[in-house]
Amino acid sequence: MTRATLQRWLDDKGWPAFLIGLPYLWLVVFFLLPFLVVVVMSVATKTTTAPPFSLGGEHPWISLDTYARILTDGLYLRAFLTSLVNAAIATFFCLLIGYPVALGLTRVSHSWRNILLMLVILPFWTSFLLRVYAWMGLMGKTSWFNVMLTDAWNFLVPIDWAVRSIPMMHSNFAVILVMVYTYLPFMILPLYASLERLDPTLDEAAMDLGSRPARVFLDVTLPQSIPGIIAGGMLVFIPAAGELVIPTLVGDAGSPMIGRLISDEFSQAKDWPMAAAIAVALLVLMVGPTMIYSRYQAKAEGST
Amino acid sequence: MAEGAAQDAFLRIEGVSKSFGSFQAVRDVSLTVGKGEIFSLLGGSGCGKTTLLRMLAGFEEPSAGRIFLDGRDMAGVPPWERPVHMMFQSYAIFPHMTVEENVGYGLKHDKGMSKADRANRVAEMLELVQLTPFAQRKPHQISGGQRQRVALARALARQPKLLLLDEPLAALDKKLREQTQFELMSIQARTGVTFIVVTHDQEEAMTLSDRIAVMDKGEVRQVGSPTEVYEFPNSRFVAGFIGSINTFEATVIARESPHLRLSVPALGTEVLARDVAAVAVGQAVTLAIRPEKLRISRERPEAANALAGTVRDLAYFGKDSLYRLDLAGGGMVQAHAVNARRGDEGARVADWDDAVFVGFDPASALVLVT
Repeated sequence: MTRATLQRWLDDKGWPAFLIGLPYLWLVVFFLLPFLVVVVMSVATKTTTAPPFSLGGEHPWISLDTYARILTDGLYLRAFLTSLVNAAIATFFCLLIGYPVALGLTRVSHSWRNILLMLVILPFWTSFLLRVYAWMGLMGKTSWFNVMLTDAWNFLVPIDWAVRSIPMMHSNFAVILVMVYTYLPFMILPLYASLERLDPTLDEAAMDLGSRPARVFLDVTLPQSIPGIIAGGMLVFIPAAGELVIPTLVGDAGSPMIGRLISDEFSQAKDWPMAAAIAVALLVLMVGPTMIYSRYQAKAEGST
Repeated sequence: MAEGAAQDAFLRIEGVSKSFGSFQAVRDVSLTVGKGEIFSLLGGSGCGKTTLLRMLAGFEEPSAGRIFLDGRDMAGVPPWERPVHMMFQSYAIFPHMTVEENVGYGLKHDKGMSKADRANRVAEMLELVQLTPFAQRKPHQISGGQRQRVALARALARQPKLLLLDEPLAALDKKLREQTQFELMSIQARTGVTFIVVTHDQEEAMTLSDRIAVMDKGEVRQVGSPTEVYEFPNSRFVAGFIGSINTFEATVIARESPHLRLSVPALGTEVLARDVAAVAVGQAVTLAIRPEKLRISRERPEAANALAGTVRDLAYFGKDSLYRLDLAGGGMVQAHAVNARRGDEGARVADWDDAVFVGFDPASALVLVT
């Protein structure tokens, strides 16, 4: 092969293939291979060696004990359930708060829009841990926030129901509250992106044909923003379901979430196969909704 | 217009103005439109025609003045309660609904209507705009011309008293536009709905409308039938906006009933024009003549007005030719000649640099004061 033909091959095929291949290579090396390692680990057997698992030799190549335990041991099932319920509630409230905010963003002047969008993103400039600690301070029994709420509660309810302080910390309530706070921008931004694309004359057309504003919203705005709702929902639900830090810091240790369980199995129980199996199970649970989302996305893109 | 006629008017716009901050988009517009009329608001961009239309639809409230529709004062009536529907320039078809759902959308609000009646009405509308085979399609699966007809059917489905059409043909290509023009007129004739058309295209306004209001800078400059605004424009603006026209500065030197004798320096001669009552001898006026009213000949014509000149430019358009002539007085005129016979274009009346004459009737010469 001469230099010129090599050059031509590079220009025609080599460079494009390289550029397209690079991200895939990245995914294979840093996602697919580690994931395979986790899958293999999940069917291995726990040992006291280092690393603390083995397969083959005196142990079976494939042991499904870990998966059997997930399905039979109430602890794991409860943790999955707690995670999914907490994530679903957090997603619901993010949508409830985020939708009006995103819709409002599309209705204000452009200069205001930039300022308000900035404010939505602003919390990311502070450390996530710091913000969770701030919430812990606020929810603590002696904080001004708790004292204020307690006083208000005691003022409003009969004397028999009076409390010394409101037990917010170490509860699912605290986990959901902090998750809503943390993930709200992930709901607002995709919703804003989808609402911002809508043609305002469609609203006028619906109004012109006899719809009051509330009806216009239900008939025109809401159906067209479903892709944004799904995208925002995914961005909140998936990380919320696997959340580790928030439940560890503000959650109820008696009803752990799945992220906490994975972490404990790895670091405390040193049961790597079990931790890996939970991780795989969580991933399978999350892949379902993601597939539905991509199908919807493909359908939506086909129609524009 | 007589007081009695104004009372009978189906749509009555009384002294309507609209300001956005310090910008006055519409200034003191008064118009009356009869039932079943096709009425056009014609003007360039920013002339206030769209703002006026949006006030009729209820999207904007007038800053001053009142609008009466079928005797009812529309002040404070929101868009969803007006018996007025609009065909938007962008068509504004709901992309997530089928053609059928789009057409039936407004009917959902008619509580008294049964499901079967609604379905019948939708089918009837689809039939009217010849879209029956496309009922189940989504908007992105049909052509631009078909989308336009969906928008029309949707706006007509609830039998509005008034149909507002915002640049109805602007998004269509030339061939389709001509065809659609006639379709719109026949649909209007069949339904009897009063049409208000906003357009910047004077040809579109001329072919579609029963009457035209020519607008400029928020004001109505002239209202009349297409013939009236074309043949008897009341101002230089209207004369220049509708069609092309030659204009010259002139002075009235004598009244020779039924004509006026004008001195026109640019033409190098005196000219006879149709008398206009509102002009006094000695007054400075504008003489205006449409290019197709001028006849080009090699010999001095018998006509009352004859100008001598040379051909500076000519353009052949197929059905007609346009000549530009330098006149003895230093002015320039444009003249249209219809190529009525094959062969005319070869043996042209005149060629470049030929000395020719142009003749015109006094009746064709317009005297404009403003």
